[in-house]
Amino acid sequence: MHDTKIKQAGENERHTLTVLVDNEAGVLARVVGLFSGRGYNIESLTVAEVDPMARTSRITIVTSGTPEVIEQIESQLRRLVPTHAVTNWTSAKAGIEREMALIKVAGTGEKRVEALRMADAFRARPVDTTHASFVFEITGAPAKIDSFIELMRPLGLVDVSRTGVAAISRGPEAM
Amino acid sequence: MDKDDTLKDAARAAESAQTMTGAQMVIRALKDQGVTHIFGYPGGAVLPIYDALFQVEGITHVLVRHEQGAVHAAEGYARSTGKPGVVLVTSGPGATNAVTGLTDALMDSIPLVVLTGQVPTHLIGTDAFQECDTVGITRPCTKNNWLVKHIGDLSRVLHEAFEIATTGRPGPVLVDIPKDVQFQSGSYLGPQSVHHRTYRPKTDPDLSSIVKAVEMMAAAKKPLFYTGGGIINSGPEASALLRELVDLTGFPVTSTLMGLGAFPASRPEWLGMLGMHGTWEANHAMHDCDVMICLGARFDDRCTGKVSSFSPKSKKIHLDIDASQINKIVRVDLPIVADATKALREMIRFWKSQKHKVQGAALKEWWAQIDQWRTKQSLSYRNSDSIIKPQYAIDRLYEATRHRSDVFVTTEVGQHQMWAAQRFHFNEPNHWMTSGGLGTMGYGLPAAVGVQIAHPDALVIDIAGEASVQMTMQEMSTAIQYDLPIKIFILNNEYMGMVRQWQEILHGKRYSHSYSEALPDFVKMADAFGCVGLRADKPSELDGKIQEMLDVKRPVLFDVRVDPTENCYPMIPSGAAHNEMLLSPDDGGEISDAGKMLV
Repeated sequence: MHDTKIKQAGENERHTLTVLVDNEAGVLARVVGLFSGRGYNIESLTVAEVDPMARTSRITIVTSGTPEVIEQIESQLRRLVPTHAVTNWTSAKAGIEREMALIKVAGTGEKRVEALRMADAFRARPVDTTHASFVFEITGAPAKIDSFIELMRPLGLVDVSRTGVAAISRGPEAM
Repeated sequence: MDKDDTLKDAARAAESAQTMTGAQMVIRALKDQGVTHIFGYPGGAVLPIYDALFQVEGITHVLVRHEQGAVHAAEGYARSTGKPGVVLVTSGPGATNAVTGLTDALMDSIPLVVLTGQVPTHLIGTDAFQECDTVGITRPCTKNNWLVKHIGDLSRVLHEAFEIATTGRPGPVLVDIPKDVQFQSGSYLGPQSVHHRTYRPKTDPDLSSIVKAVEMMAAAKKPLFYTGGGIINSGPEASALLRELVDLTGFPVTSTLMGLGAFPASRPEWLGMLGMHGTWEANHAMHDCDVMICLGARFDDRCTGKVSSFSPKSKKIHLDIDASQINKIVRVDLPIVADATKALREMIRFWKSQKHKVQGAALKEWWAQIDQWRTKQSLSYRNSDSIIKPQYAIDRLYEATRHRSDVFVTTEVGQHQMWAAQRFHFNEPNHWMTSGGLGTMGYGLPAAVGVQIAHPDALVIDIAGEASVQMTMQEMSTAIQYDLPIKIFILNNEYMGMVRQWQEILHGKRYSHSYSEALPDFVKMADAFGCVGLRADKPSELDGKIQEMLDVKRPVLFDVRVDPTENCYPMIPSGAAHNEMLLSPDDGGEISDAGKMLV
């Protein structure tokens, strides 16, 4: 006997959420378990302690779902006992989103030259160089990183490591 | 130094200052929180706490026979008293056996504080004997949980645990305490010095929403109160305020399974329970109403039926203490996030101060329509004088006990549960204990143990099925040990009746593994436990045997042999709307493919 989802109404949307939590044992498992247990998606996840004095950690999650599901995700996150605050950068508040990636491209000759030229255009910086490879460091909105990766694919892309999105509000206030 | 010396040293220290061992802190925190009863089962990793318990007065420990029983007993205790239920079990299997009860309590918002022993901190993560990742396993089935690795955190966590379990939307919490922490000494903090860093449940209603709500109610032509377990969890005052609001408005009332008793079943405004096995009038009123006032209910699939056809014409007001329930299943027009007592108080205040009046003429028409639905007599059944119909058995039980105000009913899960909900009428909150959200077979017997512990002189009846009751039957031994005269009223139809009913309707009468083969002789079983066994085979025997059950001041197992083929009606088939109910097998009823997929 299985369940059938009743929620789907609108189109799927991608949202970036930030959850400020007490940095206590198991808090990340609590947040991630909420997503897996209720069948929500996690497209990327970034977490680190941001205030050692207040022992708070900031978790930034890129998720997707219908507007109804996104609303549920926000209220379910707010319901967790160690949660201080939840912000939705996509619908509620103007924010800046950035992601960093390390991208390895192997190749020689014309492809190698082309890769370097592209990297320059994207302001990606080589952080490791051999005669047969580069590792580029690139920072930007996730879409920019996506397109850089696509451009590198025919030029000898061998490995990608992405941090996931970090987000912060514009202007003088905190989240 | 062995543990006895450690405990004695710590006890001496505790006399002079607020320094004590972790085990003593646990007991002290329970006392400071006003705990008088705990349900538990000892084991290696909680021995220091059991030792501290041995040396203290004022806390009664109830020894169960299985940890699941401890949690259900604590649920029964909590739901019948409004106080948190407390459980003490050991690590590993003690903790995993508690998981069903924790999930049950989470689904039904029952406040519990469950304390588990854990292997010593230096052994955590080594696959030690009776080790399991208790906080990992119980994270999704508790409101919050903690592993306490430092003695300095213990008293704070214990008090936070009580605060979180009992405030906001209530629920179960778990504190996992490694054995070395139970032995260590530290400073004890009292409850008044503990305040959680982040946890601040919102309980005060937004007054502008209250104003809008009473305006919507005053304009309603076909209003309906749809009340749930939240009214009961909010405390008896919420039930009293609900009655007052109905006095003021004269609106009809229906309720979920969990909300039964919040509004008296004896009053004319009562339509009976709604949902899959709700009454014709409740479900039709739900379908046709123009203003729905949902108070502390959560639009469970058993209540709504097909969501896209659920109450299509109504404006919906939804009061809930938990913001995540708003718009979860059904979009509502006016959410009110607040404690039910506070919100109802404000609704009554604004209704009176703004001198609202109901739409008298429209309401009269609405009641005429409801009275017409009532003529369907959707709870009627064909009785027999040769075989006991389960409905008849519950009716007779109700008749024999209705003059008493101290009757508490628990149930197991299945057909008998629905018949009990339909036919055993409640006029007060906290007298009906059932597993609503999780649907846990085996809940009722241990829950009855917990209720009887809290109300030693009351009449506590578990309306059971022969399949469910075998899941936690061993708790009869607990009832004997503590002299708890619980009455286990088994509607024995030799089937997992609800499974059989679904197989009949949905699976071509292929009764795959739903027959209760090799049933024990319940009368002999009662004898073996040392309680009273009764059996009734014919309708003519029933009243006499019921009286015998009620008269004896000992636990009773009553095997009521009922019609094995009886089905529970009325019924909204899966995937159907409220106005597509089946009243009897003659209604047939086509189940859609989508409906078959639903549980």
